Amino acid sequence: MLYREAGQFKASYGADQQIFPIRQDRIGIMIVLAIAFIAVPMLASEYWLKGILIQFLVFSCAALGLNILTGYAGQLSLGSAAFMAVGAFASYNFMLRIDGMPLLVAFVLGGLAAAFVGILFGLPSLRIKGFYLAVATLAAQFFIVWLLTKVSWFSNDSSSGVITAQEMVIFGYKFVTPESKYLLVLSVVTALALMAKNMVRGSVGRAWMAVRDMDVAAEVIGIRIMHTKLLAFAVSSFYCGVAGALYAYAYLGTVEPEGFNLDLSFKILFMIIIGGVGSISGAFLGPPSSSCCRFSWM
Amino acid sequence: MNGRQIGDVILDLQNISLRFGGVKALTNISFDVREHEIRAIIGPNGAGKSSMLNVINGVYHPQEGRIAFHGEERRRMEPHMAAMQGISRTFQNIALFKGMTVLDNIMTGRITKMKANFIEQAFYFGRARREELEHRKKVEEVIDFLEIQHIRKTPVGRLPYGLQKRVELGRALAAEPTMLLLDEPMAGMNVEEKQDMCRFILDVNDQFGTTIVLIEHDMGVIMDISDRVVVLDYGKKIGDGTPDEVRNNEEVIRAYLGVGH
Ligand SMILES: Nc1ncnc2c1ncn2[C@@H]1O[C@H](COP(=O)(O)OP(=O)(O)O)[C@@H](O)[C@H]1O
Ligand SMILES: [Mg+2]
Repeated sequence: MLYREAGQFKASYGADQQIFPIRQDRIGIMIVLAIAFIAVPMLASEYWLKGILIQFLVFSCAALGLNILTGYAGQLSLGSAAFMAVGAFASYNFMLRIDGMPLLVAFVLGGLAAAFVGILFGLPSLRIKGFYLAVATLAAQFFIVWLLTKVSWFSNDSSSGVITAQEMVIFGYKFVTPESKYLLVLSVVTALALMAKNMVRGSVGRAWMAVRDMDVAAEVIGIRIMHTKLLAFAVSSFYCGVAGALYAYAYLGTVEPEGFNLDLSFKILFMIIIGGVGSISGAFLGPPSSSCCRFSWM
Repeated sequence: MNGRQIGDVILDLQNISLRFGGVKALTNISFDVREHEIRAIIGPNGAGKSSMLNVINGVYHPQEGRIAFHGEERRRMEPHMAAMQGISRTFQNIALFKGMTVLDNIMTGRITKMKANFIEQAFYFGRARREELEHRKKVEEVIDFLEIQHIRKTPVGRLPYGLQKRVELGRALAAEPTMLLLDEPMAGMNVEEKQDMCRFILDVNDQFGTTIVLIEHDMGVIMDISDRVVVLDYGKKIGDGTPDEVRNNEEVIRAYLGVGH
């Protein structure tokens, strides 16, 4: 850390419990948001917006999800990409099959579908930990991608499970330009990031960290381990699901289940390792630095 | 004794037996705990003291026996139910949440009292915000009581052993328990730290009327602060009474007091 809290005295618990209690953090976040919402759309080229920034935000969103599960609740998962796939395909089907389905509602429903699947594949975590749990989530990764490819209903009977995302329209406004797509993704991801920050600093977050750090003590304090772990899987998968929907709608446009393979899961895992396990801002530091690493390896 | 009035039996254990495979950790043990008293459990290493606490708050499930808490008999107890009923505890080997600050550890102790769900918390709105501030205030009272204001924001993993023990007591106190189970709270402490811990235990008992079940090796401490003592040896109860009665009990002297450890 470049600065400390020293010398900033709080006169009330309310002031100490703000989302960003340290002044430098508050100012820093304001500046970053101002740049992201105002300067970037004005200055960035189409290539940067389409090719890099939207993708960066999408991966940050997935990394946020994985960080909640792995960084905060201590449950290792290799299935992030599969939960993204569930979000993407579920949103697609809600848009396709329900007339007049609003786009953002479809994203949320996609996230909820992923959360539900996340809970199912989180059930083994009640019995197994660490490496064995990672293997169980690996099974989720392969099974979900296989199922989405195999059952053609999910892709509306297209060949090899390819889906083409519908046009993005909110209240009659069509998101066609890279700037508009970028701003849409940025808004969704910013809202989700603030919510994640609020959760992890509240009693839910403390319960997750308690289960991560010392599960017997957590239970003795009155934390229901099962409930807490499954909630982490649900919330985490929700974030991955929304990320998957954004990936399909705002970035790729056309996507097949194989696009959400194990490679992508690992990529997201590396992002949180590089960005900082157990920190919300880490989800945003990870993607650029891990892509830099990738480029330098090549 | 110091102002408080020892009341009726609130915890009654009858014929508890607990086995781990072939190991008999507890054999046919009966004793009770009265409201507001300080009840000590002593005995050599491996006597079954920690197991006894684990039975009381549902971490272990005895094969035989009955437990009644506040007159309510229970066959099988789960740890989070014990917490809900007002039983808190500390552990022989510190069981703090290492990655969290002192403040967060103690806040976690109040988790059963916090009702806002995760969606309310995500928006930090209404009940979630109100609760967080309300409970923070309570937690600060615990922090003041234990004189650990200066380490509030320190991650517990970085604290020295004696302070970690104190924080763990704080986490247990944050739940405002009616019964507090302390597993060797003074083990490994220097004299000064022991005196502080003794004072905190007595103050908790005196100021909040908390019933305390305490495991401790230091006989001086036991004689000083406990109202009644249970003596265990090899999983069996070999003595039960006031510190004076226990000290003069032949079998206890032979099994425990006589041998140095
Ligand atoms: N979880 C467990 N699994 C197997 N054996 C145990 C377990 N807990 C305690 N024991 C055994 O029960 C006996 C009593 O242990 P314990 O209650 O820790 O004693 P004390 O706290 O008096 O030193 C010991 O022989 C110990 O090995
Ligand atoms: Mg012990």
